[in-house]
Amino acid sequence: MTPETPETPETPKTPEVSAARASEPPSLEVSRLAFAYPDGHQALFGVDFRIARGERVALLGPNGAGKTTLVLHLNGILTAGAGTVKVAGLPVGRAHLAEIRRRVGIVFQDPDDQLFMPTVREDVAFGPAAAGLRGAALQDAVDRALAAVGMAEYGHRPPHHLSFGQRRRVAVATVLATEPEILVLDEPSSNLDPASRRELADVIRSLDVTVLMVTHDLPYALELCPRAMVLGDGVIAADGRTGDLLADEDLLRTHRLELPYGYRLTPRNRRG
Amino acid sequence: MGAGHAHMLYRHGSSPVHALPPHTKLTAVLAFVVVVVATPRTAVWAFALYAALLGTVAYAARIPPGLLLRRLAVEVPFVAFALLLPFVARGERTDVLGLPLSVDGLWGTWNVLAKGTLGVAASVLLAATTELRGLLLGLQRLGLPPLLVQIASFMIRYGDVVTDEMRRMRIARESRGFEARGVRHWGVLARSAGALFIRSYERGERVHLAMVSRGYEGTVPLVDEVTASRAQWSYALALPLSALVVCLLGWTL
Repeated sequence: MTPETPETPETPKTPEVSAARASEPPSLEVSRLAFAYPDGHQALFGVDFRIARGERVALLGPNGAGKTTLVLHLNGILTAGAGTVKVAGLPVGRAHLAEIRRRVGIVFQDPDDQLFMPTVREDVAFGPAAAGLRGAALQDAVDRALAAVGMAEYGHRPPHHLSFGQRRRVAVATVLATEPEILVLDEPSSNLDPASRRELADVIRSLDVTVLMVTHDLPYALELCPRAMVLGDGVIAADGRTGDLLADEDLLRTHRLELPYGYRLTPRNRRG
Repeated sequence: MGAGHAHMLYRHGSSPVHALPPHTKLTAVLAFVVVVVATPRTAVWAFALYAALLGTVAYAARIPPGLLLRRLAVEVPFVAFALLLPFVARGERTDVLGLPLSVDGLWGTWNVLAKGTLGVAASVLLAATTELRGLLLGLQRLGLPPLLVQIASFMIRYGDVVTDEMRRMRIARESRGFEARGVRHWGVLARSAGALFIRSYERGERVHLAMVSRGYEGTVPLVDEVTASRAQWSYALALPLSALVVCLLGWTL
């Protein structure tokens, strides 16, 4: 059997679109971010990158590369030892944590951690209600978020009675409800069966929001994100077109990243 | 999975009793129990009337009598001691089937049994017609501190998750040939319990992280405000008010 070469379904944004959006502040701007845990273990050694509004970017890296540590800086759960993080121009800091947490929607890996309210609807309502929304406006936000992930009919169900894939989609809805500037997905494809994986990809593609996808699922990154970054040893080791990075076998090997058996990117994909 | 373990007391339905706001039902049950307890034990007919009142509610709620009776069994361990009263109480004695029993003790047994059974029956009806979530909202509406309501909500949400984890650990143990048989195996079970505790504790930390990420600052915003109209209140309070009339008659007659 000849190994299949996956198509790149995504064409990168045209230069015109980028130019139109160049005047807006980037959704996410991280500069010289460094962080050491209290026990002295240094996880980040000066991370630099910008993500423009509307981009979908994959953050690749093996387990232990500091991906989760980086994510927890984006909404101020961890505070940088040095360097800054700005979300749509607003610096992450004590002064406006509430606003930052509304702007940065983090979807954690285990939906059972993310969905903590007794029913789906209440869970989706949690974020906007914490931000002060009430009554019809709150109901609207909940309905829109659930509709965006195709779970509109499940509002009154307890999360435990949903399938894993449905729970993951509801978890996405819980952060969409606050209309975030940027959606941060931590290992979105983990534990999903192929159909749920595709359904989630459809949902992510349909959203009009900046996405940072943290993953070591390389085909999923290729499918959804035109741009990718590799986090290795606490710095951004590579940043470029996903197809290019994944075709660079040396880069992948250095950072303990591997395409699944049978995958090989050809120049055709590199061009994409 | 189907209906979770946490919700097995609830019996789905669309009766007028189901439709009442939870806080009116909670108030009604509490008031009913207080009235029943305040009734003199010698007014035997009053307790029959109370039972009839509850029967009417059960009928309106379309709760089958069999279900109600089966669930009454939970009170058995609690009233078992009441059966001892006629043997241990002092005072005037009477012969029942050749056994000398204390008259006062017999009344005591009757008192505990009748009032206990009525209280449990009222609670069973409440649980069967009100969803767990509704009960919590009702309690919050009635002024239970929000922190307690939060803790109880998390118990409902994560009870199933933890039970599931426990089940997987048991399957993993048994798959490796372990079967708990007697005291010698308690060590293994204890270590499993410890592991389960640590897992749950770490989950708690992750959940907290997720909550903080979504703007949690110590209070869970109340999304579903429960409200009751005057008609709903009067409908719910019909039970304790009728009981009160019976109780007053019991004291005066």
